[in-house]
Amino acid sequence: MAATLRDVTTYDLKLAAPLAAGFVLFFVTPLAILLALSFQTDPQGGHYGLTQYVAFLGDSFSLGVLGSTLWLGVKVTVLTLLLGYPVAWLHQRSPGWARGLIMLLVLLPLLTSVVVRTFAWVVILGRQGIVNATLAWLGLIDTPLKLLYTEGGVVVALAQVQMPLMVLPIITALSRIDPNLADASSVLGAGHWRTFRKVILPLSLPGIVAGCLLTYAAAITAFITQSLIGGGQMLFMPMYIYQQASTLQNWPFAAAISIVFLVSVLLVVSIFNALGRLSRGYADA
Amino acid sequence: MVSASPNGPASPRGQTLLLDGITQRYGASLAVNEVTLDIRGGELVALLGPSGCGKTTLLRIIAGFLAQTKGHVMVGGQSVDGLPPNRRSVGIVFQNYALFPHMTVAENVAYGLDARGVDRATQRSEAQRMLDLVKLGYLGDRTPRQLSGGQQQRVALARALAVNPSILLLDEPFAALDKNLRLDMQIEVKRIQRLSGITTILVTHDQEEALSMADRVAVLSQGRLEQFSPPTEIYDAPDSLFVNTFVGSANLLGGVLLDCDRSTGRVRLDAGGLIETRAPKGDLQPGARVTVCLRPEHLSVDPATSDAETLNGVVEMGLPLGATVIHEIRIGDGTAVKVSEPRIQRTDLLAPGTPVRLAPVAPRLASVFAAA
Repeated sequence: MAATLRDVTTYDLKLAAPLAAGFVLFFVTPLAILLALSFQTDPQGGHYGLTQYVAFLGDSFSLGVLGSTLWLGVKVTVLTLLLGYPVAWLHQRSPGWARGLIMLLVLLPLLTSVVVRTFAWVVILGRQGIVNATLAWLGLIDTPLKLLYTEGGVVVALAQVQMPLMVLPIITALSRIDPNLADASSVLGAGHWRTFRKVILPLSLPGIVAGCLLTYAAAITAFITQSLIGGGQMLFMPMYIYQQASTLQNWPFAAAISIVFLVSVLLVVSIFNALGRLSRGYADA
Repeated sequence: MVSASPNGPASPRGQTLLLDGITQRYGASLAVNEVTLDIRGGELVALLGPSGCGKTTLLRIIAGFLAQTKGHVMVGGQSVDGLPPNRRSVGIVFQNYALFPHMTVAENVAYGLDARGVDRATQRSEAQRMLDLVKLGYLGDRTPRQLSGGQQQRVALARALAVNPSILLLDEPFAALDKNLRLDMQIEVKRIQRLSGITTILVTHDQEEALSMADRVAVLSQGRLEQFSPPTEIYDAPDSLFVNTFVGSANLLGGVLLDCDRSTGRVRLDAGGLIETRAPKGDLQPGARVTVCLRPEHLSVDPATSDAETLNGVVEMGLPLGATVIHEIRIGDGTAVKVSEPRIQRTDLLAPGTPVRLAPVAPRLASVFAAA
């Protein structure tokens, strides 16, 4: 009798075959080709070697682009966290109807194209844009401020565009915290700030780590927003790769810097994941 | 530690708690309606009632989570109205214990001391002392999730008591425990409460728990205080039909009040028979329609007679329940009456269909209220 019972936890692997095939065909294979390409010493083909990597790692300009891209991700993530956490907190503390409204506002950006959202920022930040027009109207400035095509502009636009990725995981984490814990803390003599620092913040850490991970990965690879708001004056990795591949037709170098970028991102993601594991103890609160 | 014996009188060390005309309004509905409770220092008072009776609202008002619409909360003669929870010196044991899952047991117990700026060494020794008090001194390094329900509750109690609060609030603290453990914990909590002499409010919907643990029981219904008396008085001399039926079980019989004075009354039951009762509650005149409440153990089942002046019926069913025997008797007007007798007195069950006569085991046991 017992022998006829199937273990429902072991699924037939054949069911996953179509997805696995697609994955191999459209992800693993191109990645392998990319890797192979990156070892070509010359765009016209020929020998294989580490020339491209040596060129990238020995070139301060290239390293600068990589560094500023990774640093851009940090800035965007920090800003998104600082702006997003209060939104998630507000959502958690609001009555039912307000929760629905906040959730709608958080999700709204996901319902429009990134291109549209980014062009909206061009309108807001431009020389004749909303910010400059308002400041001029208030008499606070005489000449328009340069907001567009600055790194600050890129950071702000990216923070807005990626905001749902930060807010949603934090809302989930906050909603899993027993509301009695805050009451217990305050009855034991803790004020609001202490309760937040000692109870709410540590218990929402899994959401923060997940949000930061998503935001960071999305921010450093956001080709459209980086290019449109940053203009031609700032170069980040996605655009750099595009230029090398499309404009200069230097495919081996483009492949090499893609691999370097990929490894760098994986490194950062691993660090986040390690933090996530550390905070997992709080996760099932 | 205080040397008060566990069964001794309430310790005079605890602070008095006065709820003075507390009213809580949510929109058009009254969650709590003019409740006044004068609680002595060191007393254990149970707030008893069905869900939605306002007992939890009262608890939240005492703790300061909720500002009452009207009335005052006085602790030790001082008004605490307007004070936030963290400045009220109140301890709470929540129904789900609400232990901080990311801290060890010892850190949980020391939390309140830490919030009060007590130095680390004192925190540690006090936390250990409180854990020893609840007999969990050896578990300080565990996390709450590694503990059983009963252990978690002891930790919650230790955490609440560690800051030496004026008032201890217990919010349905035994509801999540299984039956055997519940009794152990009730005895344990009572022991610690006696030992520390802290004024304690127990919120519960479990009448047995309220009657067994509390010095006095406040029965609430729909936001109103129905009765505030010692447990035996709640059971034996209920002030209202609600208290009579909510606490213990009761057979409700219709009748007409024949006459009454300050200590007794006489009621002619619709189903037949005259019964001598306690003095009717409220302003009832002879001739008024009344409801008579008889507890199952107030009646005995006797062989039927043809006397019209007795309460006659027919046995529907008999259930032996260990120490007692329950019979359900269908009486003249169609009402089913439950009768509970010690099995020492009634060794055999009566067969269904047996005609019987019901008689009170003693005079003046039944309560009388205006007919609902």
